[in-house]
Amino acid sequence: MLNKRLFILLLLLLPMIAKAELTVEVVGGAAQQIPIAIVPFATQASSAPAQQDSLSNVIGADLRLSGLFRVLETRGVANQPHTLSEVKYSDWTSIQTQALTIGAVDSLPGNRLKVSFRLVDVLKQNQLLAMEFNITPAQERATAHRIADMIYEKLTGEKGVFATRITYVNKENGRYSLQVADADGFNPQTVVSSKEPLISPSWSPDGTKLAYVSFEKKKPVIFVQSLLSGQRIVLANFKGNNSAPAWSPDGTKLAIVLTYSANSQIYVINADGNGLKQISFSNGIDTEPEWSPDGAFIYFTSNRGGGPQIYRMPSNGGDAKRVTFEGSYNVSPHLSTDGKLLTFIKQGPAGFKVAVQDLATGQVQVVSDTTQDESPSFAPNGRMILYATSIGGKGTLAAVSVDGRVKQRLKDTGGDVREPSWGSSLN
Amino acid sequence: MRKSLLISVLLAAALAACSNNAVKNKPAAPVIDSSSSSQAKPSTTAKDDGASTAVANQNGAEGNPLKDPNNILSKRSVYFDFDKDEVKAEYRPLVEAHAKYLVANPNAKVIFQGNADNRGSREYNLSLGQRRSVAVKKAANVLGAQDKQIETVSYGEEKAKDCKDETCYQQDRRVDIVYENE
Repeated sequence: MLNKRLFILLLLLLPMIAKAELTVEVVGGAAQQIPIAIVPFATQASSAPAQQDSLSNVIGADLRLSGLFRVLETRGVANQPHTLSEVKYSDWTSIQTQALTIGAVDSLPGNRLKVSFRLVDVLKQNQLLAMEFNITPAQERATAHRIADMIYEKLTGEKGVFATRITYVNKENGRYSLQVADADGFNPQTVVSSKEPLISPSWSPDGTKLAYVSFEKKKPVIFVQSLLSGQRIVLANFKGNNSAPAWSPDGTKLAIVLTYSANSQIYVINADGNGLKQISFSNGIDTEPEWSPDGAFIYFTSNRGGGPQIYRMPSNGGDAKRVTFEGSYNVSPHLSTDGKLLTFIKQGPAGFKVAVQDLATGQVQVVSDTTQDESPSFAPNGRMILYATSIGGKGTLAAVSVDGRVKQRLKDTGGDVREPSWGSSLN
Repeated sequence: MRKSLLISVLLAAALAACSNNAVKNKPAAPVIDSSSSSQAKPSTTAKDDGASTAVANQNGAEGNPLKDPNNILSKRSVYFDFDKDEVKAEYRPLVEAHAKYLVANPNAKVIFQGNADNRGSREYNLSLGQRRSVAVKKAANVLGAQDKQIETVSYGEEKAKDCKDETCYQQDRRVDIVYENE
């Protein structure tokens, strides 16, 4: 009897265990936040699946997480509009919002949904955006992210990143699993899992493949795996270590690191595993290659001058120029998509922290408030930096805005999370 | 030089043979130490058995010098400073002892496993662990150990403990010396 109950309880728990998700919380925010009200979308009760996250909740959570918005409570407003003609502007100026989002979800034949939304400027009393989506019920969350992106872009002038994905490695119960999840931590999917370490996942530019390093052959070997078919190839399994894969911006090549000559050096290899060519030749460690967005240069970490610093060389080889000069330990270079900012990990008196360097001026700013930071990568819009850190002895993901003002923690209910990388948009 | 080395090994063997261990260790088959069996290579080369009977007998008779807690060969870790790959003077005798063992036992094979503490970059630490294992290999090469006897591998910071202080970090910055079949 008891066993049976326990069994049922376990069955009930299973979906929760399988869906150990990252939850995001914001620490701090921008100096000036845009006030926005989001009226719950009108839905036909019968069509709405029993889910706790309605469209308006997801949109609100996205905007709040960006740190740039103050999402106002709307329940106190008696008249809840769903169409433009229903909007009574005085209701909304009285709660001091600048922007208002309204919308509706309607059933369409063939188990499809019509999502319509409008963004309204409350002060100017005009419509800023209006859009309709014809979707399947499974696309509801993704659609909410897309709407949040549109609102974000309209009101801040920058592209949103809510409809993007992240990848990271979760270590739990002695197993490593490479995960891909939505940028808000939902929908985690396991790409590959192993009892040996997995590190250094790298997104192909089109977001359909991941290159990563697996120790499953008792030494580091680079794989490339399709996220669509799940099929994978061994990209590099040469003598010694094979690691640090980084896709070229056109997706045809990867920069990788081999210890073929005993010392870590950078090579370029075609995406099918052919055409290996060594491009760095030093007596020190050369590792962590990262392409400039135009494909002309490779930034990398090298200790050729003593301690590790970031250098840059032409992507077909040639002389390297040192890029970082402050401090004795600067590693893990990643560039913003416009190629103007460099983020990296800098060791200082307070530990290992995320730093941002303006490549034009050389000015460096330490932006994180954590002390054991690793693996920084830019969001596609270049505003936030996702990185791994350790809080209370547990690997955690965090994100920080390039100006250091907005800070997020992505908490996993389960394991030790590390090696994040922010990918391109969904689909 | 080599001759005197061999003699000292034989002497050690003879001394050890006087102990009670001789009886206990009678089966001279390679002993798989469970504590490090995960590192053992799956391909145990059969050809070694015939060629190295002399060595195997010595070891079997005396108790394995590699396992004898009074023998420096039982010490298996070389420790490093932060972000450094130089073998420090205090670990030279240890590396020398293993190099001499490899010279005296030309069929013995060893893996130098490089590690780093868990601070900084995983990829940089993977490279650093490799440099450390190569540094120990070079030191052993100078003393006559052959390339074919030594394999180097790096785990970077992947085997590092969850450390919070320097005493703990320094335990992770090391090269482990693991013999084949151990």
